[in-house]
Amino acid sequence: MSKITLQNLSHSYLKTQNQKEDWALRNVNIEWQDGGAYALLGPSGCGKTTLLNIISGLLQPTEGQILFNDQDVTSKNPVERNIAQIFQFPVIYDTMSVFDNLAFPLKNRGISQQEIDQKVNEIAEMLELTSTLHNRASGLTADGKQKISLGRGLVRSDVNVIMFDEPLTVIDPHLKWILRSKLKELHQKINRTMIYVTHDQTEALTFADQVVVMHEAEIVQTGTPVELFEKPKHTFVGHFIGSPGMNILPCKIDNGNISINGKKIEAKVNLKENNFSKTEVGIRPEFIEFNKDGLPVKILKVSNTGRHKIVDTESESGKIKVIAKSSDEIPSGSAFLNFNKDYTYVYGDNWIIE
Amino acid sequence: MSLELKNVEKKIGLETHIYQTNLKLEKNTINVLLGSTLAGKTTLMQIMAGLDKPTNGEIWFNDKNVTGVKVQKRNVSMVYQQFINYPNFNVYDNIASPLKITGVNSDEIKTRVGKVAELLKLSPMLNKRPNELSGGQQQRTALARALVKDSDLILLDEPLANLDFKLREELREELPKLFEDRDCIVVYATTEPSDALLIGGYTATLLEGKVVQHGRTLDVYNKPNSLHSAQVFSDPPMNIAKIKKSGDTCSLLSDEVKWKINFNLKDGEYKVGIRPHNITTYKEGQNSLEISGKVLISELSGSESLIHFTNGELSWVSLSNGIHQKNVGEETKLFMNLDEFLYFDENNKLVTNV
Amino acid sequence: MNKTVNQKAWFFVIPVFVLVAFNAIIPLMTVVNYAFQETFGNNVFMWEGTRWFKQILLSERFHAALGRQILFTLIILLIQIPLGIFIALTMPKEGIGVSVCLVLMSMPLLIPWNVVGAMWNIFALPDIGFLGHSLNALGFDYNFTQQSGDAWFTTVLMDVWHWTSLVVLLSYAGLRSIQPAYYQAAEIDGASRWSVFRHIELPKMKKVLTIAILLRFMDSFMIYTEPFVLTGGGPGNATAFLSIDLVKMALGQFDLGPAAAMSLIYFFIVLTVCWVFYNLMMKNEGKS
Repeated sequence: MSKITLQNLSHSYLKTQNQKEDWALRNVNIEWQDGGAYALLGPSGCGKTTLLNIISGLLQPTEGQILFNDQDVTSKNPVERNIAQIFQFPVIYDTMSVFDNLAFPLKNRGISQQEIDQKVNEIAEMLELTSTLHNRASGLTADGKQKISLGRGLVRSDVNVIMFDEPLTVIDPHLKWILRSKLKELHQKINRTMIYVTHDQTEALTFADQVVVMHEAEIVQTGTPVELFEKPKHTFVGHFIGSPGMNILPCKIDNGNISINGKKIEAKVNLKENNFSKTEVGIRPEFIEFNKDGLPVKILKVSNTGRHKIVDTESESGKIKVIAKSSDEIPSGSAFLNFNKDYTYVYGDNWIIE
Repeated sequence: MSLELKNVEKKIGLETHIYQTNLKLEKNTINVLLGSTLAGKTTLMQIMAGLDKPTNGEIWFNDKNVTGVKVQKRNVSMVYQQFINYPNFNVYDNIASPLKITGVNSDEIKTRVGKVAELLKLSPMLNKRPNELSGGQQQRTALARALVKDSDLILLDEPLANLDFKLREELREELPKLFEDRDCIVVYATTEPSDALLIGGYTATLLEGKVVQHGRTLDVYNKPNSLHSAQVFSDPPMNIAKIKKSGDTCSLLSDEVKWKINFNLKDGEYKVGIRPHNITTYKEGQNSLEISGKVLISELSGSESLIHFTNGELSWVSLSNGIHQKNVGEETKLFMNLDEFLYFDENNKLVTNV
Repeated sequence: MNKTVNQKAWFFVIPVFVLVAFNAIIPLMTVVNYAFQETFGNNVFMWEGTRWFKQILLSERFHAALGRQILFTLIILLIQIPLGIFIALTMPKEGIGVSVCLVLMSMPLLIPWNVVGAMWNIFALPDIGFLGHSLNALGFDYNFTQQSGDAWFTTVLMDVWHWTSLVVLLSYAGLRSIQPAYYQAAEIDGASRWSVFRHIELPKMKKVLTIAILLRFMDSFMIYTEPFVLTGGGPGNATAFLSIDLVKMALGQFDLGPAAAMSLIYFFIVLTVCWVFYNLMMKNEGKS
């Protein structure tokens, strides 16, 4: 177990870098405490897998350092760093039994057979693999195989951090949910540092205590799932987290007054100056209500997802989505919207104005 | 225009892949085939398209028997999970390919391709090759190629499964609009219930090769005719518990929890199904039942809280709006919405009609 | 605007069909004809039934040739397969070295087989051949035209030089298809190089190795040109493998009946071994 510090980490897959796009990672600085559950969330190509491989030692960074417990491990390989990694597709040793698969990392480190037996049985029980211990590993289903991959990381008691690279990609949807909860349960039980990379916000937000949102090789915001949801610092975070994402509408700022198409909007912001080339208002669909007065919109479509209704509306400044309770009556034709001012934010050039 | 499957069955060797199916799909409808990975969705779609012949039964299209007619003679388009495009053609040629094969003149090709490319936001990349495009753009190209043909039947086999979470959301929203002005039948296979609910139209739930229910999406969701249909159409999975009814009271077989029901039901043992979002940490609905539980794990996803808890020997999952942090082992009160309980008899058939 | 299924493509197949008929099917039928009959020429045939088959199967000469053949094939497989895998493992995975190695490996395979035999013939001559002369200079009493052991040694060496590349190329292709994550996971598990080979590379190369073994078995079991040019089957009968013996019988002695029968027996041996081997290897594929 250890504290992980990333200092000024940058990486490029090219030999020389001339422009921003040549970098896969830029200026990453993170400090993670012992035993936490962390997630790296972002769309394909944002650099999250690169960052994961740098932390595990499978990739050497072009610039910057990695410290485990304040000790520089930048030049150390995965074995020396004592990490475990679970990949997108199950990586198992086909010819061995489940038991031998789990015992493999311990055997390679010269641990006694007695200790191996005890450890393997312990982990197998935790992962509900005990009944299949003597079957051939290649005969298990995808989620069983991923559990084996996970087990190989858990059997080593001295592992500093366990990394997950989109581990639920090949799992059946109805099993995905079960494995996801199991991972969270596991973390609570054993309290080891776990880092989880994904593009799926549900996976990231339900698993992690702290989520790092990445976009185009940079970290955009770090925070708890609640912080990211309730107060996104960048319009990308607002858009990326939440299903549907945050509504972003262009607005005008005049003498401290915010208005969308002439209609005054109240927001949680301290407006001092306005020298931004672009100002926008961000409000999540969950924090909008229909009312007798407010921003005028036309109702385009009402979708029922079973647990709530998603209403697509259109205002003069753009489309706005509203989430309403399943039991709510939605007006038809035209309506007025009210924004909850505690969750209405103003963004200047994509960053939040506080 | 309609597509009808009459007593269609598919056997491979001794295994039945599709059990006797009768299905009628009407013109201008989007029909979702909802089921888990090996439920038979792909097999059924291949039979509908003419890519495969049923072992027994007939396919009728527009009141004509087309059983055994090869797919080249039917007017069918198909889009797959893996973005299938001609790697050596650019986007324009990819989209134009079905028209070129049937000998359409180049002026008409230009018009039609232009229209479809505009619809799918591909106009700026008509000159690029598939390997230069992102995943989402590649899939749009495949979709454009399917649409340009003006087919009578368009089949989509989990087209969004390989896309990032956010891209999936975007494309899913666009899909119904793409099919709005066309005279065709659309069949969309997926494993995600939310896809079905957001796309709308009609849904057929499949389980292990059998079409369990077919009807308007919201009808199938709210009134599943059997336990199997309800389970397929639930994400997170539905909570199921055995209950006993005697007199006007129902009780969980674990005994402590009792409630009164207000419709006619014979005394005896039944199963009750409750979707997670109908169990919440706050009172919801007119008729709510209080239950105490011991928290197993709580997962917070920004705007919702998934709480797994136990009551006696039973495990439940609840989904509440908002953030409700609970600690492992905490004793807490939860409320179940009795109006949303679904009752099933020993043959797993629905007996409620609330 | 309906597409029509074009049957005209079948006409393009006719030339190939005619060629195959002339080169393979008709000659095969002729052999079968000869195997069951006796002829003295002039198209006069007398039915002999299974006489030739019995004669061949019971003859010591056939047993000896078969024995030599089996021994040869075994030695070849035991050397070439491990050696081929070993070389493939040491080949670079990226950079200019890849193209260089691939070209080098392909070269022996491109040389016409009789030229290979001729090359090695001269190369191994005890007086003027580079190999022959050097071995003798080092103190070995080496003469492949007169000593059976030396003849075997040279024949095996020639075949290894000629055909190991095939195993190398196939193994290399198999290795390159292994996803990096497997190596990464093994690195994380602390596996030794041997473990990685035994538990990851070898199992994942199974399909490719099956093809390599099948191909090498078939080719070595039917080998004719190279040993014929190199040793002519000698000294004496020392390197008279099955096909060389067969040709001696058919063309040398003109015993067409027994030769035809031997031909068919030969064919069935190869067919059976391949079928059994392939099924054994593929038995577990269906499950995983």
